[in-house]
Amino acid sequence: MTATRFALARSAGSLAAGLSRRTGRGDGTTIGGRLTLLLDPTALAHAASDRDLALVSGTNGKTTTRTLLVAALSTLGPVVSNSGGANLPTGLTAALASDRVSHNGVLEVDEPFLPLVAAAVRPRAAVLLNLSRDQLDRYAEVARLAGIWRDALARPNSPSIIANCDDPLVVWAAMVAPEVIWVSAGQHWVADTAVCPACGGIIVRRDSGGWSSDCGLSRPAPDWTVDGDAAIDADGARHAVELAIPGEVNVGNAAMAAATATLWGVQPDAAFTAMSGIGEVEGRYLTATSRGVMARLLLAKNPAGWIEALSMLPAGDCGLVIAVNARAADGRDPSWLWDVPFEVLQGRFAVATGERSRDVAVRLRYAGVDHVRVDHEADALRIAGRNGPVEVLANYTAFQTYRRIVGDG
Amino acid sequence: MAESRRADPVRVALVFPTVLGTYGDGGNATVLAQRLRWRGFDAEIVSVGIDDSLPELADIYVLGGGEDSAQTLAVSRLRAGALTRAAGAGKPVLAVCAGFQILGESFLDGSGAVHPGLGLIDCRTDRLPGERAVGELLAECRIAEVGTVTGYENHGGRTVLGADAAPFAAVRNGVGNGDVGADGAIQGSVVATYLHGPALARNPALADELLSRVVGPLDPLDDVAESELRRERLTANRRARATGWRRQWRPPARQDS
Repeated sequence: MTATRFALARSAGSLAAGLSRRTGRGDGTTIGGRLTLLLDPTALAHAASDRDLALVSGTNGKTTTRTLLVAALSTLGPVVSNSGGANLPTGLTAALASDRVSHNGVLEVDEPFLPLVAAAVRPRAAVLLNLSRDQLDRYAEVARLAGIWRDALARPNSPSIIANCDDPLVVWAAMVAPEVIWVSAGQHWVADTAVCPACGGIIVRRDSGGWSSDCGLSRPAPDWTVDGDAAIDADGARHAVELAIPGEVNVGNAAMAAATATLWGVQPDAAFTAMSGIGEVEGRYLTATSRGVMARLLLAKNPAGWIEALSMLPAGDCGLVIAVNARAADGRDPSWLWDVPFEVLQGRFAVATGERSRDVAVRLRYAGVDHVRVDHEADALRIAGRNGPVEVLANYTAFQTYRRIVGDG
Repeated sequence: MAESRRADPVRVALVFPTVLGTYGDGGNATVLAQRLRWRGFDAEIVSVGIDDSLPELADIYVLGGGEDSAQTLAVSRLRAGALTRAAGAGKPVLAVCAGFQILGESFLDGSGAVHPGLGLIDCRTDRLPGERAVGELLAECRIAEVGTVTGYENHGGRTVLGADAAPFAAVRNGVGNGDVGADGAIQGSVVATYLHGPALARNPALADELLSRVVGPLDPLDDVAESELRRERLTANRRARATGWRRQWRPPARQDS
């Protein structure tokens, strides 16, 4: 009976998704998943049954790490996954319901939904990347998310956890799980972990990368370590990590993915080789030409992400677009612009755009960065591209605008 | 010009940015320092770590918003007294959100326990009765030179002022203190508000008001970018008032609290 109900709900959802796509309302995953879940509230659990799933969550790097892990697990066969940022239960239900073939799967999950999704899909593994300030109008406080994770991971039948031991909030959440693989994946943004989540005291950081609090919470000994462009696995073997996508942060993400893939029996070298074929991730790092201007797209949603994106800029001259919106998906309050060290752009010329370009312009003025403000995103790209290739740094919905401008998605 | 008479740099103390800097309020120090430099003053931001002692010799002190656990840590460090002495000496102190709450007589931590504040402002903070106040905040500042102030508020606290504190502003849109239509407080040289944005980036007249208390009357600056931002935000506030507040999705509460 439940199987029949799930089959009907899945068909209805798929029909709705197809209608939504054909009428140009969207890619249909949300509406389809919503209808499926409405008709069968256990649809997510049902669609996940008999599969070996990994969940990926954290403030930054979800989509990239999911993509890298999909590449690694694809060496074993087909892998079901959710794309397009559809990382709420509706999107996950739609993704799983639309693929009846793949035994293995990788799902990225919006941080507060991790407990609900983990309880429903019973994953083999959960990858916990990092937690930092993001969309504070929704989440209010970062430490609260860590608490939500910790409560869920303390329950019996917790999945194997692959966690970034350089992030105290992640460690505090993950340490209650029975089985954890600790990866020293790095953490450049430390402003949200000055205070110990366990005792409210101060977290002391050492140059070695270690950290500790008076209550005894400290960095666990890493099983995996990132060292420059290499990863050292749990057996002490060193693997070159040669990625086509830029950024030190992504070597860390790749190490997290490789450590996870070992639970499926994928050897690290095979995993890293598979990952090296990833050149862009849903528009991130994509280089494309629009009306004669060559642009590379970099997504940065919050201070931690902006620090990483700014570090990816080429040293020499390049055009620069900074595009910021403040819609619901971005967070309604762009005060975080003042947490981003835009001062590193002094000496460059930037074009501010997006729905909150005026906030960006004020921020750049105080950062001493020469700039102009332009209302329309396409005009901004053209102006920034007068003397050569352009780096586009954009937050979430502004990034989607640029994907459309360069004809991607 | 008057500024050339001052030999020492103007020191802006940014108090505990690692714990009182969650909502971008560190930008207030940046704004103060830059607006001095643009006028030919030498200015320096002294970023005070949570384990450092607060400088006695700063000219302006700024405190920002932070998480519940950070508030109790910050206030425990402030009991050393440097901020109280600075305020007593009439030095401008700008305190935002959590920074405002801990300067009052008492405030609540995340578990609901009452903590004594620093007592620089005659006010007490408990919880807003309904939802957390999240959204644009528009108010009329009682300092005539500052006028209309705009920003973004994000707090669960309700702050009730006592007789010795005056409201910083009268709320036109948003919640503010959540009591008698007031936002923030002014008491002696302490100016407090719930405005993020940061407050001084969105309201440069407030920045200049605080600075003029240190260096005397200031020449106007060419604030074209700030004026454009203010116009846009005033329009957004009018629209928000017309449509009412939309409820936003929030994460589920923790089971143990």
